[in-house]
Amino acid sequence: MWDYSEKVLDHFHHPRNVGTIENPDGVGEVGALACGDALKLMFKLGPDGRIADVKFQTFGCASAIASSSALTEMIKGMTLEEAAKVTNADIAKYLDGLPEQKMHCSVMGMEALEAAIANYKTGDTTVRELKDDPLVCTCFNVHESEIVEAIRINKLTTVEQVTNYTKAGGACGKCKGAIQAILDRELGRPAADSPAAKASSAPASFADLSPAKKVLAVEKALEKLVRPALAVDGGDVELVDVQGGRVQIRFLGHCAHCMAAHLTQDGLVQAKLREELGAPDLVVETVQ
Amino acid sequence: MSELHYLDNNATTMPAPEVVDAMMPFFRDRWGNASSMYEFGGSVRRDVEDARAKVAAFLGCEPREVVFTSCGSESDNHAIFGTVEALGPGATVITTKVEHPAVIQPCKALEQRGVRVVWLPVHNDGTLDMDAYKAALAMPGPKLVTMMWANNETGVLFPIPECAALAKAAGAVFHTDATQAVGKIDGVDMAKVPADMLSFSGHKIHAPKGIGVLFVRRGTPVRPFLLGGHQESGRRAGTENVPYIVGLGKACEMAAVEVRDGTLSRIAALRDRLQAGLLRIPDTVVNGNLEARLPNTLNVSFPYIEGEAMLYHLGDAGVCASSGSACTSGSLEPSHVLRAMDAPFTSLHGSLRFSLSRYTNDADVDAVLDAMPGIVKTLRELSPYGH
Repeated sequence: MWDYSEKVLDHFHHPRNVGTIENPDGVGEVGALACGDALKLMFKLGPDGRIADVKFQTFGCASAIASSSALTEMIKGMTLEEAAKVTNADIAKYLDGLPEQKMHCSVMGMEALEAAIANYKTGDTTVRELKDDPLVCTCFNVHESEIVEAIRINKLTTVEQVTNYTKAGGACGKCKGAIQAILDRELGRPAADSPAAKASSAPASFADLSPAKKVLAVEKALEKLVRPALAVDGGDVELVDVQGGRVQIRFLGHCAHCMAAHLTQDGLVQAKLREELGAPDLVVETVQ
Repeated sequence: MSELHYLDNNATTMPAPEVVDAMMPFFRDRWGNASSMYEFGGSVRRDVEDARAKVAAFLGCEPREVVFTSCGSESDNHAIFGTVEALGPGATVITTKVEHPAVIQPCKALEQRGVRVVWLPVHNDGTLDMDAYKAALAMPGPKLVTMMWANNETGVLFPIPECAALAKAAGAVFHTDATQAVGKIDGVDMAKVPADMLSFSGHKIHAPKGIGVLFVRRGTPVRPFLLGGHQESGRRAGTENVPYIVGLGKACEMAAVEVRDGTLSRIAALRDRLQAGLLRIPDTVVNGNLEARLPNTLNVSFPYIEGEAMLYHLGDAGVCASSGSACTSGSLEPSHVLRAMDAPFTSLHGSLRFSLSRYTNDADVDAVLDAMPGIVKTLRELSPYGH
């Protein structure tokens, strides 16, 4: 049982502004059925340029419903400039706080509002400008800019906090190294890699890449060259870890029980990765 | 607060009044150490052994094959770590993807130490992939099989008598986590099922929390888990938890009667009425095989809405149940059991588990059937997917 505030329970039991608006001026949609929570937010502006009406629909837990409801109450009557300044921290404060593991519900509210305002301004329905914004968490579809924003607004310092606020890293955990790298950069910590990683213009050698970039490079190569080959036999592979020049993988599907998996490991996965990444000393190991 | 309708018996059960009564003298008056040489303490030894005999009669084994532990998780840890240690570093562990964390985590810990672990898949209805199991048993070297008898989330049963026989034929040590099966099905009989070890927990069968059992068939290679005393024939050190052992003996005595006196079919009839009523709500699906299933368990999904929100509304109606949704687990991922069954993602986040007991009555079922249609309607009206 979560330690929800009276306000959270009130907004959960009596959500304000539920529904849709005909011909809204802005619509923002974030989350997905597969991810366990989603929010559709829409607003209509009055003649004075202020938010005259706002409605929401939420698929999610009690705190997701409460965060959405609270957000609609907060922004009603605001100009878009004022509304654009509302952060997830403001939503959580309005609700007298949320459990740490539920902070991502307030972030979902902030992101839906951003998306709705962007939709009003550009007519675009995409949530964010995704160019130069790498996808960090493939499980929950979280981009780097969302993680950076959550870190800055909420002064986050650990990967666990980033997961609580954005869900990134909360499922398979593959991207935790990448999240740590973002945190290190945001907090001005000396990253293990430094100059080479930042010089992304020139193709750096694999050994010089930051841990996060190594993970991304290996993952890309697996997707491009290895998974299609394994899929033919009903198999798959997941990346477990990259430590220096050692890549740890886990075979899935038919490969998981295949007696010849070690041959696939050396002959296919290792060979392809060495070739694609230009790393002749790279070693692939299977875990589990 | 409305009247309590407790439908979460796979999480824990109400201690039976008879069990509590049996325990009380060992808190108030007869609190001596069972290993003492004087009558005040030593006499409770007879009560401990009397309880052991009741547990043994219930399980169809010899009293000396019953090891009292602190909980089902301890029993599982003991069986898994103790056997792998006895079998040596070349051992392979065969388990399934839908086990309780008390089995999954020890297996993962062994995997990290380099022990080979085979994670058997299940079919879409939660039943075991027997071909994969047979293939795993054909692997060379010493092996430990550890698989649950009944799934805690779906109630789906694995064919443990058959699986244990296959393991025996392959020379593998066989352990089953029977925490959810004991007291809920007839046939947990170690005289007939060739399992080497079996775990269960008192608080799932109306004894209190804090007492468990590991059945260890004579001759099974398993190392002691807790060192430091002669108790439990040297298998598990620690001064005997006399009141709880006595309480568990009483609970087993009651369960032994209950698995044969028609109580289980009465529980199944209530469960089936609950199931039929909930299936009248549009789009509702039952998770897991309908036949090979515990009589007391119902796992249903209501697509387009989320489990935690349903539980909070049910709580307002006095109904206690649980969910496999991510938001109730404290993690961000929904139930590993439903995912292993490849349940559609519309089902994953909106699953509820209702689990009944001998104390469940028609009023409890009615409370759910009265509340649930309105809850689903309210949340679907809130949901962007719930037209």
